[in-house]
Amino acid sequence: MSMEVEINFSLNGIATQAHVPPTMTTLAMLREKFDLTGGKLACGEGECGACTVLIDDRTINACLMFAVDCDGREMQTIEGLASASGLAVMQQAFVDHGAIQCGYCMPGMIMQAKYLVEQNSGQQALTRDDIARGLEGNVCRCSGYTKVVDAVAAVVLEENQTGERAS
Amino acid sequence: MNIESYNAPDSIAEAAQLLQGGNATVVAGGTDLTPQTESGVRQFAATLVNIQRIDEMRGIGVMNGRIRIGGLTTVTDILESKLLADEAPVLVDAADRFASSQIRNASSLAGNLCNASPAGDMCIPLLVLDAEVELACWDGESISTRKVSLERFFTGPGKSVMVAGELMTAIEFPRCANRFVAAFLKSGPRPALEISTVSMGLSCSLTDGVISNVRVAIGAVAPTPLRAKRTEAALEGKVLNEATIQLAVETAGEEVSPIDDVRASAWYRKHLTGVYIRRLLNHVNGS
Repeated sequence: MSMEVEINFSLNGIATQAHVPPTMTTLAMLREKFDLTGGKLACGEGECGACTVLIDDRTINACLMFAVDCDGREMQTIEGLASASGLAVMQQAFVDHGAIQCGYCMPGMIMQAKYLVEQNSGQQALTRDDIARGLEGNVCRCSGYTKVVDAVAAVVLEENQTGERAS
Repeated sequence: MNIESYNAPDSIAEAAQLLQGGNATVVAGGTDLTPQTESGVRQFAATLVNIQRIDEMRGIGVMNGRIRIGGLTTVTDILESKLLADEAPVLVDAADRFASSQIRNASSLAGNLCNASPAGDMCIPLLVLDAEVELACWDGESISTRKVSLERFFTGPGKSVMVAGELMTAIEFPRCANRFVAAFLKSGPRPALEISTVSMGLSCSLTDGVISNVRVAIGAVAPTPLRAKRTEAALEGKVLNEATIQLAVETAGEEVSPIDDVRASAWYRKHLTGVYIRRLLNHVNGS
């Protein structure tokens, strides 16, 4: 029986405990221990971003991070975005702009887009180039980047008009 | 290897004691370690030491007149540092070209150096900034530290002078004098997530058209990140004109020893070396 480590962390706002092998990745833990299968294993090397989650308000590749390192931290996954009142603004924008094709990369893409817009909050509005640059670590093999940028740009525009954080 | 123990110390002293004996794998951001262990290039040791809780290894500041960056400081922290933007923009420029947002958020500066890739993006700006690294270990009773010039740190691809049981706790470099110019260039097919085909950094002073205190560092053209000493000597004390630049282009081309690999041919890397030294020197002339 190989060893397991007890960790305690916040998962989508809920205090959570897990017992994980010390070399398990965060992505494997989410998928196998919690059945949170939004984040995907695609490249497993940090090149594609399909596994992107927020840890302490920074995006990371969950396929590279050790699950044991989640101890004491706050994690948000794609499953934590929608509420009882509906999809989050960024999710709805992706739907409205037809940004989703096969959908495999989308949970990671949306998490990174949300992070990008929140990081930039209060600063000069993001341009389309800024958005493309901010999503450089997320790969879509349906190659539907234009509509992804359209969706994020719409959220940026809306935020600018209302002056509020909409993501 | 079966993992026999997992530890997450919160001080350098505790980590150094855990690393004693050397049969341990240090875990930080995981961005290099995970692909290496998943692919089998590297195996875990019996003891895992997660150093991410060691707060004294984070942060960017000035200490004894030098810039000091904690080993666990992330590439994002470097990119967002006002102090570094003012005092070492060459390092911030390189951070801006480093991998992707997600990887910059996780990668530690010490991890990038300890990985000792000939193409490591943080190595080049730190070489031209004349950085040294602080290595700590447990001597039986207390922490013992030594400082090693980054120029002497790398010994081969993936290899450095670090010995088993040592931890890279900080990186330091001198604050820069007036008239100091430094710049960084990196090439690859796309800006993001690119392992450099060639990267180059140059720092110097330029006074009345004369270039001095020249440091040139080149990535991905030799078994280690290279301090191009012959190119530096060819430039030192010269009037920075076309003849000097041409001499630097020729010397740099002779000084590098690149290989053919999937990213580029040796011929192309040599060619790019010449293009980059010219571009950087023109930048110095225009600054």
